Amino acid sequence: MTCKNHNCQCGGNAGQDFAELAPVLDQYAKVPGSLITILQKAQDIYGYLSIDAINYISERTGIKAAKIYGVATFYAQFRLQPIGKHLIMLCKGTACHVNGADLIEEAVCEHLNIKDGETTEDGVFTLNNVACLGCCSLAPVMMIKSADGEETFGNLTKDKVKAILDDIRAREA
Amino acid sequence: MKVVIGQGSCGIATGARKTSNAFEQLIAEKGLTDVIIDKTGCIGTCYLEPIVDVYGDDGALEARYVKVQPDKVAEIVEKHLIGKSPVAELAISAEDEAFLNQQKRVVLRNCGRINPEKIDEYIAEGGYEAVKKVVTSMSQDEVIEEIKISGLRGRGGAGFPTWFKWNAAKQNPGSAKYMVCNADEGDPGAFMDRSVLEGDPHSLIEGMTIGGFAMGATEGIIYVRAEYPLAIERLENAMQQARERGFLGKNLFGTSFSFDLRIKAGAGAFVCGEETALIASLEGERGMPRLKPPFPAAKGYWQKPTNINNVETFANVPWILANGGAAFAGMGTEKSKGTKVFALAGKIKKGGLVEVPMGLPLKDVIYGIGGGIKQDKAFKAVQMGGPSGGCIPAELIDTPVTYEDINKTGAIVGSGGMIVMDETTCMVDMARYFLDFTRKESCGKCNYCRVGTKRMLEILERITAGKGRDGDIELLEELAAKIKDGSMCGLGQTAPNPVLTTIKYFRNEYEDHIYNHKCTAKSCKALIHFEIGDKCVGCTKCARNCPVDAISGAVKQKHSIDQAKCIKCGKCEENCSFGAIVRE
Repeated sequence: MTCKNHNCQCGGNAGQDFAELAPVLDQYAKVPGSLITILQKAQDIYGYLSIDAINYISERTGIKAAKIYGVATFYAQFRLQPIGKHLIMLCKGTACHVNGADLIEEAVCEHLNIKDGETTEDGVFTLNNVACLGCCSLAPVMMIKSADGEETFGNLTKDKVKAILDDIRAREA
Repeated sequence: MKVVIGQGSCGIATGARKTSNAFEQLIAEKGLTDVIIDKTGCIGTCYLEPIVDVYGDDGALEARYVKVQPDKVAEIVEKHLIGKSPVAELAISAEDEAFLNQQKRVVLRNCGRINPEKIDEYIAEGGYEAVKKVVTSMSQDEVIEEIKISGLRGRGGAGFPTWFKWNAAKQNPGSAKYMVCNADEGDPGAFMDRSVLEGDPHSLIEGMTIGGFAMGATEGIIYVRAEYPLAIERLENAMQQARERGFLGKNLFGTSFSFDLRIKAGAGAFVCGEETALIASLEGERGMPRLKPPFPAAKGYWQKPTNINNVETFANVPWILANGGAAFAGMGTEKSKGTKVFALAGKIKKGGLVEVPMGLPLKDVIYGIGGGIKQDKAFKAVQMGGPSGGCIPAELIDTPVTYEDINKTGAIVGSGGMIVMDETTCMVDMARYFLDFTRKESCGKCNYCRVGTKRMLEILERITAGKGRDGDIELLEELAAKIKDGSMCGLGQTAPNPVLTTIKYFRNEYEDHIYNHKCTAKSCKALIHFEIGDKCVGCTKCARNCPVDAISGAVKQKHSIDQAKCIKCGKCEENCSFGAIVRE
């Protein structure tokens, strides 16, 4: 579905060749029930699911783009916007809620000047509230995910959160 | 000697990897060539992590050290590994040891003891013996009969008898059948499945293979949450090792039975805990429930007979086949047999995973094992069953933990999350929290669930904001009844439970909010204000930290808050070193 009109906004002509995604589709395009797996791999590669990526997956699998969009928006894991280098997954599970996760969120939002789902202007952090990370005894908890892997931080306090974020920002500078 | 460092997700979160690195470095520096460093999963005492076990050359545990941050490593290496005398000050206390000793471990039998990345350690504990016995010497019906004798019921929430599901899937005709493991532990506040996946993945593989044999499946699928990256990594490693040893794959143990597993990572949807929604998700669709019947046992994954159990259920299976169904049934009560793992969290002193025979009173779990409430505050309620469950109040603390007794309170055993709450937890806010969760997680298929949870949430939000109206409680009850009746799956049918149980036991708190504009627990910001009490010494710290300059007062004089300016951010309370800020 490559669009010939270079001023068109349909996304079919973004010029990406999806070289990294192609082998994933070679493997899964014709395996029934693989859509979620394909979307997960696409997100791993590009960090999010762009309209172009969705169109490309549609073209290769024969699944309608609207349906792919429907699946992508149903699950909490999928993002349709690019994210920062470090994804803050702030746990809002029950144990974290009881132990003050709202205060931790407040601290992150204040310190980075973003809200849930937003990315800082410098592109270093994105904040995402998540349902439960399963480290309930260490509540409140957050996980920070980057290209280097993920790290979990427990028994958070407002000050501790700020120190962790400052530390990451200093390393990025 | 062997130094074993607990490295489940919670251990790692408290710094276990840094501790492990410190040991490695120091042991190399000192040239201690006879010391082996190893890792294990979660032992359950999360509040003591990082935990380090030191074993002697004879394999006996010499000491268990707790809260071992890297700065304590040198002392252990110097005194224990070199000096051969354990460091008593750093070792686990007798009281904490009681946390472990009061438990009966079936599901968690290997967690925190073996290295989950080495199949030989699982085999040394008798692993894969049960599946060998099953595949080489038992019939499908004999396996199902043994599970029936054990009385094992699904540990994921509904508590349905496991043998019955296996038998139904076995009896339904079809050449292709599927054994599915629900490892999408979505209930916020429960983490026993994560612990088994990370700490003892082979027990799940063995349990699923036994179940697969019993129902006649040749393929198993494990649906794991994407939020559990370490679990997926260890599971993949374990499956690979099992294949190499011939415990998975074609013609197991030289018989005609073949069985293999694959992992499917979930993408984050609570509703996928519902069997038919999970199946839809496995097929790459939106995870929306389907009408039952047909049940998955008849028409499940790709319309083939399918059985779904959760991780904890499967982890019981090898133990039952190895020790006999009667041994399992010997634990617990008449109708709730065996043990159950609970995730203790919230305002509890010793949070973690505990496994106890069913039928133990709540009090024994919360006070006996959990050590009581943080800062010795008053116990108010325990939330069980997550968003589908309810709050059990302090006066029912003697309730035995069985499926039937917990159901009677209006809560459910669910997957075993126990969130303990103290006097500072507002019960209306708790109900609001859960409705916010279910409202977001409702798949949208049924009107009553989709719109009804939203309406209930709006009412709860206005009550906690101090804008509650006369009749709101009755309106909540009416909506609750309709959502229960008008929803197709368990999510909607149980979504009102947190509201109904809090109204049942804490109606006075709702009334306080609505009619007296007071939050009983002094937690809802709209209904409290801050004042400076007599403990104030005039240090000026609060005034300096106030973002709106609402606090005034001279140095060494008692300060005061201008209520008209105050935005109730709580910064003064956080920063006061003298506990002088009081909530009214």
